[in-house]
Amino acid sequence: MSLAITVLFYVATVILITGLAYRIWVYAKVPAPLKIATTPAPVTKGGVALRMFREVAFFESLFKSNKLLWLLGVLFHLGLLLVLLRHLRYFINPVPTVIELVQPFGKYAAFAMIAGLLGLWARRFVIDRVRYISAPSDHLILALLVLIGISGASMTFVSHVDVVGLKSFTLGLLTFDWKPLPSDLLLVMHLFLVAVLMIIFPYSKLLHGVGVFFSPTRNQVDNPREKRHLADWARKLEENS
Amino acid sequence: MAKAKFEVPELQEYPEVPKIEPGTMAHLETFKAKPEFQEALGFPGELTDNWQEQAIEAMGDMLGKYRSLKVYMDSCVKCGACTDKCHYYLGTKDPKNMPVARQDLMRKVYRRYFTLAGKFFPKLVGATDFTQEVLDDWYNYFHQCSQCRRCSVFCPYGIDTAEISMAAREIMDRIGVGDKYSNEIIGKVYRIGNNLGLPGPALEDTLEGLEEDVFDETGVEVKYPMDVKGADILLVTPSADFFAEPHVDGLIGYGKVFHEAGVSWTVSSKASEAANFGMFIGSYENMRKVSLRIREAALELGVKRIIFGECGHAWRVAYAFLNTLAGPFDFLDKNYPVPQHILEFTLDEIEKGTLNIDKSLNDDMVLTFHDSCNVARATRMGDKPGGQFDIPRAVIKAVCNNYVDMPEDTIREATFCCGGGGGLLTDDLMELRVKGAKPRMEALKSVTEEYGVTHMAAICAICKSQFTKVIPYYGFEMDQIVSVHQLVSNALVLTGQNSEGEEDESEEDAA
Repeated sequence: MSLAITVLFYVATVILITGLAYRIWVYAKVPAPLKIATTPAPVTKGGVALRMFREVAFFESLFKSNKLLWLLGVLFHLGLLLVLLRHLRYFINPVPTVIELVQPFGKYAAFAMIAGLLGLWARRFVIDRVRYISAPSDHLILALLVLIGISGASMTFVSHVDVVGLKSFTLGLLTFDWKPLPSDLLLVMHLFLVAVLMIIFPYSKLLHGVGVFFSPTRNQVDNPREKRHLADWARKLEENS
Repeated sequence: MAKAKFEVPELQEYPEVPKIEPGTMAHLETFKAKPEFQEALGFPGELTDNWQEQAIEAMGDMLGKYRSLKVYMDSCVKCGACTDKCHYYLGTKDPKNMPVARQDLMRKVYRRYFTLAGKFFPKLVGATDFTQEVLDDWYNYFHQCSQCRRCSVFCPYGIDTAEISMAAREIMDRIGVGDKYSNEIIGKVYRIGNNLGLPGPALEDTLEGLEEDVFDETGVEVKYPMDVKGADILLVTPSADFFAEPHVDGLIGYGKVFHEAGVSWTVSSKASEAANFGMFIGSYENMRKVSLRIREAALELGVKRIIFGECGHAWRVAYAFLNTLAGPFDFLDKNYPVPQHILEFTLDEIEKGTLNIDKSLNDDMVLTFHDSCNVARATRMGDKPGGQFDIPRAVIKAVCNNYVDMPEDTIREATFCCGGGGGLLTDDLMELRVKGAKPRMEALKSVTEEYGVTHMAAICAICKSQFTKVIPYYGFEMDQIVSVHQLVSNALVLTGQNSEGEEDESEEDAA
């Protein structure tokens, strides 16, 4: 089992990194031929950076759209962020003070994360419009995330896992000095599901995390009158006419 | 109230998001373009034999040319933030008019042919083959999107359904399935110079008529010149401004403002159309070809500046795309933005004090202002973000005493489309146009009842045409729609103007 999870994690990591790198390369390569910022838009690059920051950190547009949906989204994403920060203690030795400080928050953030997910899932059943647009994969991804959250939180709050053994396993992964994984059904399940998530990430809607940075309606400076914007393929069109 | 073959929605005092009713608009299909019109734009005349293959190829081509399309196909998480934002959904209850569902019509084909998950597990991710049935849905529902971008304001990733419906129309055009309304009009622009097919001599007549009308009314010789070489300003305005009501009252206003400002200006018979329907069909090539007429006219006439009249989509292409499509405009005066909006010009003159305004001349009206969708969410006026909201309001308030805004969630960046934008201003889509106007009508009704609003001003030829046509269905009168420059025209007292027949002399500026 230990060997299987070890191999799975290397595979998942390679897929996640190459998959994401490939996506970013594709998005960066495809030109945006026209200025299509949703206005009012910032007129400087600094302004655009700030707009993007508000979008990514505070979900500004979602807040404008629907307060309950925004709250659920924030609960999940912020919860996930804290939980991930807390998990750094399994990968860094000695554990930095910052991560130590995050510990207590990261522990309970799991509940925020799970609550947010369940709320988002409930919307897919309760609201007729959202039910209409939900595909099976939308439900499965939520199920996957909920199971990851519950299995993880259970190891903190219900049935403790051998943290020391786990850390030697994870550090072993990083240093290619492989150590056995503590045998614990919850832990195996948790890690397996996380690996699945890593594998599907670059090939699913989870890509929204990357996509937002490349969204022309959000990342363009509003200066079309001041500065001529021309894509390469459009330039060729000019040369040929 | 106008008669309708369909049920006109009831206006609600507190608008609610309706429950979905699948298929309510499945029957509504705009007329298809005839082969000759398709071919004039460089597209196949009718549906090609291997259309499916060609459509997938076209989609691949567009995915490699437009980052927006690629990123938006991948990024949607189906959160539902946009589901209650489209005026067509709110007015028709058809779930395929929810922005995400409209996008999904393309996304399910994209996933099937361009993603691993869709190739191997189509059912799981909602991917489908590009069948005739799917194509029919595309044709119906991508012609039920006015490309107003309201959904893109509320999407956490900024996904803009307009980009997707433009791409879908381009793909359909490339397999020989085009929309009659837009494609025929683009053909007219190429052949005659404007959307309405008004030839040069007819325009000249119209402009002379306007000069006579203004002279009869004011006793001042205000000129409405055409094809004048060496004029300072080229005015490019939607052709509806030449004869439609209330558009033409706006054109009269531009001329009076230019006259008082003491600048020389002209319209061009070659570029006698501001609108660029190339945008509606998502065709960069056609949009470029239409735009180049303006560049050529500016060069031939030797003007120093280009100013656009009141038109929403035209202003989007002008403000955001013209420099890209037909630039660089280094032969024009660098002291002015290229192009400039007529409202930027007029506000400037008001602030400089060159216009003698008597606001009381508009006292018979209580005004509100409809932010045109493409002006609001795709352009700017002035130097500051949001100038597209503030400048029109500043002009209206400078010429009218009575002004109130409609509810906050229906104006500025959250403004509702009039229901006729994006190439849908055709009689075959009247049912959609009437239903799509519902959110705006509700907002108008609320200020009518609360503040006694009598008129709604607009700055877009489509908005003006659409509203005058559909508001009678909701119990309003068509002359309640006015042009912003019509208000300017009403209040502007020309130098040397006859006083209104009475003894009441206005304090004429001697200077």
